[in-house]
Amino acid sequence: MLKLELRPQESQVWRYASPLLALAITVALGIGLFMLLGKDPLRGLQMFFWEPLKSVYALGELMVKATPLLVIALGLAVCYRSNVWNIGAEGQFVIGAVAAGGVALLADKETGRWMVVAVVLAGVAGGMFWASITAWLRDKFHANEILVSLMLVYVADMVLGYLVYGPWKDPAGYNFPQTKSFEAVTQIPRLMSGSRVSVGLILALIGVAAVWVFLFRTRAGFAQQVGGLAPAAARYAGFSSRRALWTALLVSGGAAGLAGALEVAGPLGQLTPYVPAGYGFAAIIVAYVGRLHPVGMVFSAVLMSMFYIGGELAQSRMGLPKSITGVFQGLLLFSLLACDTLVAYRLRWQSRRV
Amino acid sequence: MHSPEPARLSLSNITKRYPGVVANRSVSLSVRPGEAHAVLGENGAGKSTLMKIIYGSVKPDEGEIQYNGQAVHIRNPQQARALGISMVFQHFSLFDTLSVAENVWLGLDKSLKLAEVTSRISLKAAEYGLDIDPSRPVHTLSVGEMQRVEIIRALLTEPQLLILDEPTSVLTPQAVDKLFVVLKKLVSQGCSLLYISHKLHEIRELCTACTVLRAGQVTGVCDPREESNASLSRLMIGAEPPALTYQDRQPGAVLFEVKNLSLPKEDQFGVDLSQVSLQVRAGEVVGIAGVSGNGQRELLYALSGEDTRAQAQAVQLLGQAVGQSGPDQRRQAGLHFVPEERLGRGAVPSLSLAQNMLLTRSEAMSQSGWIHTPVLQTQAQKIIDRFNVKANGTQAAAKSLSGGNLQKFIVGREIDANPRVLLVSQPTWGVDVGAAAQIRSELLALRDAGCAVLVVSEELDELFEISDRLYVMANGKLSPSIDRKDATVAQIGEWMSGLWEAHAQA
Repeated sequence: MLKLELRPQESQVWRYASPLLALAITVALGIGLFMLLGKDPLRGLQMFFWEPLKSVYALGELMVKATPLLVIALGLAVCYRSNVWNIGAEGQFVIGAVAAGGVALLADKETGRWMVVAVVLAGVAGGMFWASITAWLRDKFHANEILVSLMLVYVADMVLGYLVYGPWKDPAGYNFPQTKSFEAVTQIPRLMSGSRVSVGLILALIGVAAVWVFLFRTRAGFAQQVGGLAPAAARYAGFSSRRALWTALLVSGGAAGLAGALEVAGPLGQLTPYVPAGYGFAAIIVAYVGRLHPVGMVFSAVLMSMFYIGGELAQSRMGLPKSITGVFQGLLLFSLLACDTLVAYRLRWQSRRV
Repeated sequence: MHSPEPARLSLSNITKRYPGVVANRSVSLSVRPGEAHAVLGENGAGKSTLMKIIYGSVKPDEGEIQYNGQAVHIRNPQQARALGISMVFQHFSLFDTLSVAENVWLGLDKSLKLAEVTSRISLKAAEYGLDIDPSRPVHTLSVGEMQRVEIIRALLTEPQLLILDEPTSVLTPQAVDKLFVVLKKLVSQGCSLLYISHKLHEIRELCTACTVLRAGQVTGVCDPREESNASLSRLMIGAEPPALTYQDRQPGAVLFEVKNLSLPKEDQFGVDLSQVSLQVRAGEVVGIAGVSGNGQRELLYALSGEDTRAQAQAVQLLGQAVGQSGPDQRRQAGLHFVPEERLGRGAVPSLSLAQNMLLTRSEAMSQSGWIHTPVLQTQAQKIIDRFNVKANGTQAAAKSLSGGNLQKFIVGREIDANPRVLLVSQPTWGVDVGAAAQIRSELLALRDAGCAVLVVSEELDELFEISDRLYVMANGKLSPSIDRKDATVAQIGEWMSGLWEAHAQA
């Protein structure tokens, strides 16, 4: 009989092996899923795990999708390590995109290249502003940040919808709900021609280093995490819990806003009702699969990006529904949560005794 | 071999291994019906694991358990209770917002009506003289009363074997006497007791047999009434505890002063502080006695800076008004604090010892807030060496240490900072004899070095051992100070019930 036994100390090996096992289980379940749908499982897996890797162009696309996921997840990792449960990164992403788009719309033919910096900063500010609503309500009224941040996602979607259906609608856009295409000066510079990879990727990698240093090498980062791990110890040490709350939400809001700006001034090039692509929610999975560790999240962001691209390919080439992406993301998260049991517990065979 | 009456409980060759450590190595223990049996041992000696094995929450790797002569495998606490084994834990598992009856109701396996439970509680309470009102909400109870609830809950299962884990650590001397009357009555009715404690005089008063554990092994089985403190200590720690070298010293200037501190409680289960005044001078140890839950916690929050609602003038540190400064500022001014809760307040459970240095020490930090990890390691190693902390290096997680060793580390961390004023709450709570003696002598050494030390403790013995002056706290008020030389246990015990005003007038 299989038996779960509490480990005296958490297993360091399984902390890192658990995401790998979860991935293996996801693949196995995926094979079963393809077979049930009457599709060739090998071809299905190919869509998810080979096609996104097979050429320089494909790799570039992989990075294009991984970048916003990584940027948002970095902010969320700071947040979750501080025991602040910001579930609304999607909303902060949208408002970041709206703010960045609003600034981008101000540009005309004569505007200088500096405009792109303003666009990005506006995005960061927008995300921070949206997250600060949650922080303020939590600080002032002890409102639950999970609910508030999640609800604000829908408000953000409404704000975006109002603008693109209303005041910001492109007069020459045949009444489509979209703004005019942004001027070229607002475009996030690309790294090389022939690929859509932008400097956003560099920003994301700088973010990885910055978050690592902040979390593991600075007093502020230490204080931030103690607040999450043991609030009474933080109070004893004199670390302010309000400061931790605000830092967590402003950092994650700013990161999500940055991702929004990079997206709207990058691949999208205009505001449409389709700006929210679920990156803010997928980044929660990225953060957890990456163990809330900046380096781990690089890998999980790439993996999640593969699921996005694989899902699209499976849709166009195999006629599978679009929701396959979400199914894979969900499978991965659930497998991970199950596998994490092994961090604290071990399996033992035990002969059945009476 | 068959005796006419089989042992109530008999363990033979119980072994329990955890990776890297053997918690119990071939432990045998036998409790006769109607016997009060003490289990004595340092923290980390394997007492808790052994009790958990008996109570069914841990499975042994090897060995056999016989209960009333029958071999049994106890799989879980429910089964243990069905067999007639009950346990009163050191830490109460009661819900503050529920009534006594509702709390007891929750713990019972069988489905009974609340009214039935209430009447059963009253019956049990009357039978054993455990005075309690079943309808009172738990948060209005004193700690002694909460323990009564736990005991009644255990008694309702009609146990044949009652396990008590350090039951007197939260009681006034008078309450301990009351508890012992109940326990002795139980024993006289044939119930067996397993009594875990490190207080040798209690064991000698209550128990007729004693099994001593050291490092997971049985080092002796004896009749405690025939042993001396020294011989029991030898069995328990392999040596006699070092005697304290205590010398009278003339205290210096007042370093720490509280003036008329009144604070409303922060939450509904707290205690209002009213008109608390005290002084601590350089080179003296001042003790605050009292049953916990009488405002000590709230007072320490206000003194350490974790609660900054006080008036600035109400707390004075080296002549500075610090009532509204945070813990960080007070620390920089020379005030260090060892809190009562080690895990979760004094240390972050999941972080390493080295990282835990950062909670109160800033030597490893540069001006810009950059952490120098090598400095941190050396600092932590120094404390581990100086205070004999048994730990798996500076990278060991705080929660992997036994309570006593973690306490040594935390006390060490604060002493090593060379404080001008040190506040210590429950310095040796749940700490084994050897470590407790070490912590006390370190506190005295700090006093002799001219530090002002304020100790809040529930253990009167300890306060009498190390304090120069004593205060007593009751109902959020602080008694006048009394020199230790003039104080008696009986008088302090009375003051614990808040009766010093009558005394002062008399």
